[in-house]
Amino acid sequence: MSLPNKLIGILVTLAVSLTGFHFVSQAQSVGLGTPISESQLTDFDQIAGPDGSGFPAGSGTALQGKAVFEAQCAACHALGGEGTSAATVLVGGDMHSEGTPLRTVGSYWPYASTVFDYIRRAMPATAPKSLSDVEVYQVTAYVLYLNGIIDQYKVLNSESLPQIEMPNKDGFIDHSQAQ
Amino acid sequence: MTDQELEKAAANGLINRRHLLGLGLAGMGAAVANSALAADAGMLLEIPAWSKTPGPGASDYGGRSSYAGQFQRMSGAPNPTYPGGGASRSPLQHLQGTITPNGLHFERHHAGVPDIDPSQHKLVINGLVRQPLVFSYEDLLKYPMVSKIYFLECSGNSGALWGANGADAPDGTAQSIHGLVSCAEWTGIPLSTLLDEAGVEPEARWIGAVGADAASMGRSVPLDRAMDDVLVALYQNGEPVRPEQGYPMRLLVPGCEGNISVKWLTQVKLTREPSHFRDETSKYTDTQPDRLSRQFTFPMGTKSLITTPSGQMTLNRPGLYQITGIAWSGRGSIRRVEVSADGGQTWADALLDDQHSHKALARFRIPWQWSGGSAILQSRATDSLGNIQPTRTGLINEVGLLGRYHFHGIQSWGVNSAGEVRNVFA
Ligand code: HEC
Repeated sequence: MSLPNKLIGILVTLAVSLTGFHFVSQAQSVGLGTPISESQLTDFDQIAGPDGSGFPAGSGTALQGKAVFEAQCAACHALGGEGTSAATVLVGGDMHSEGTPLRTVGSYWPYASTVFDYIRRAMPATAPKSLSDVEVYQVTAYVLYLNGIIDQYKVLNSESLPQIEMPNKDGFIDHSQAQ
Repeated sequence: MTDQELEKAAANGLINRRHLLGLGLAGMGAAVANSALAADAGMLLEIPAWSKTPGPGASDYGGRSSYAGQFQRMSGAPNPTYPGGGASRSPLQHLQGTITPNGLHFERHHAGVPDIDPSQHKLVINGLVRQPLVFSYEDLLKYPMVSKIYFLECSGNSGALWGANGADAPDGTAQSIHGLVSCAEWTGIPLSTLLDEAGVEPEARWIGAVGADAASMGRSVPLDRAMDDVLVALYQNGEPVRPEQGYPMRLLVPGCEGNISVKWLTQVKLTREPSHFRDETSKYTDTQPDRLSRQFTFPMGTKSLITTPSGQMTLNRPGLYQITGIAWSGRGSIRRVEVSADGGQTWADALLDDQHSHKALARFRIPWQWSGGSAILQSRATDSLGNIQPTRTGLINEVGLLGRYHFHGIQSWGVNSAGEVRNVFA
């Protein structure tokens, strides 16, 4: 929005609040959003995508992640990631097994980026966002290692992590445009 | 009123819906009066005690009559390994009309309800925009708003009816099986207004919406849908959105699985590709028999269910009943609801309230003469696009049993000769 438009928007808003008149033309943007730069959002915007966008600095290996996992995650996910409930199973499964397949990070998730993105923002469930970015890289590596997707020395960082191929990467059909 | 005067509409006692209107209604009243009051024909009506004493005065916040039932949401026991996680279900069989009272709207949380101070809350729009913007709650209150009635349904709703483990949930009620659907009037700002203000870049195709809860719940929505009828909702049935519904603001994506209407909305990021959040990959995806999984299955299917009579109710005596229920479609409005009392062999059209049901609940009703024999009550909705609600078996034949979401097959309530109503697979 250009500056003059924005001023008009604000004037319209002022007119509204002064007169109590509750109509603002739909075509006329109110224009009250405050401009902000992406560099001011580096901590706030934590979305890390399959295209490698949004990954922070830092790196880690499964070897380093073992201790983090055992201290921060195993209480709910068990030492080997086998889980303490249906909701907390992190390993195993095969999409082509008989019956209903066990769907886990290893057997189901199409992208490794999601493992990092989710753990960084939502885990450990009792204290989300309490891990450092380095710890998130380490423990992400450990979860992938427990699933046999990487070895314990593989260094994960913003470059290498999005490139990891997940076993079920071709297992999804985009239905977003289906009617 | 004699049996002959009630025009039959389908087998096993279904009566033409016109009897709910005008003359027919009087007829029904007579039939009901016969059964309910006849025993006390000699009784003299007296003025009741409450007509002789002033009651308490006005109050600051109203509640339900203590005689109107103690029905509430049904929530599971807290789970220490899933802090704040879980759901609560709306008591559908106790509600009438189409609007869910705010305190009874279903919930689904992934890390509990955050206690958000609106003066500290931010809504950020960034990514592929000409100018990233941040909005305060106070800013947003000044924008032009619209009020619309929309249902929300969790895509896991009615999941018990997949019967994946052979269990047919015989103890199920409308609430326990189907209570993850509710309907409210939502007031908010079209998301397109805010996106236009930030200036969407031509290469943007998706938004990533993120909540301010401890799980930072994220979901991707295609830009064309986001620019269509999506709201940033600030009010729910006239009052500020309740905390468990996303206070101070939530995304409201009409007709679509509830999870994408991200609560406690704090970020909308414009992207070229979906972000593939955990709750659109690991969860909320639908595995087909060929082991491929459908992703981004947004609209909720054409669906209906009878809320009275429904599971765990008992019909006290043979006679005339009003069957009623709700119907909805994530793709349009409800055009028709048919009801069967013989497990789907014959059908009669139910009466639909003359209300706008675009992506909202519709209420249907039809009179039913219960003979005292067994019956299987079903309802079947058709939406404005001609989509017809499938049978349970038809749905399973179509999509298989590996998916866990989007059950919208026909609900069957079995009535036995004792009048007991139970969930059955028919
Ligand atoms: C207090 C218990 C608890 C702790 C501690 C915990 N988690 Fe979780 N985790 C859960 C629950 C519960 C879920 C499922 C959440 C949901 O469905 O919304 C989950 C889900 C996950 C998932 C997604 C599983 C899937 O298939 O969708 C991953 C990955 C994960 N946790 C990793 C971790 C890591 C790594 C840690 C340690 C840093 C950790 N968790 C600590 C309880 C816990």
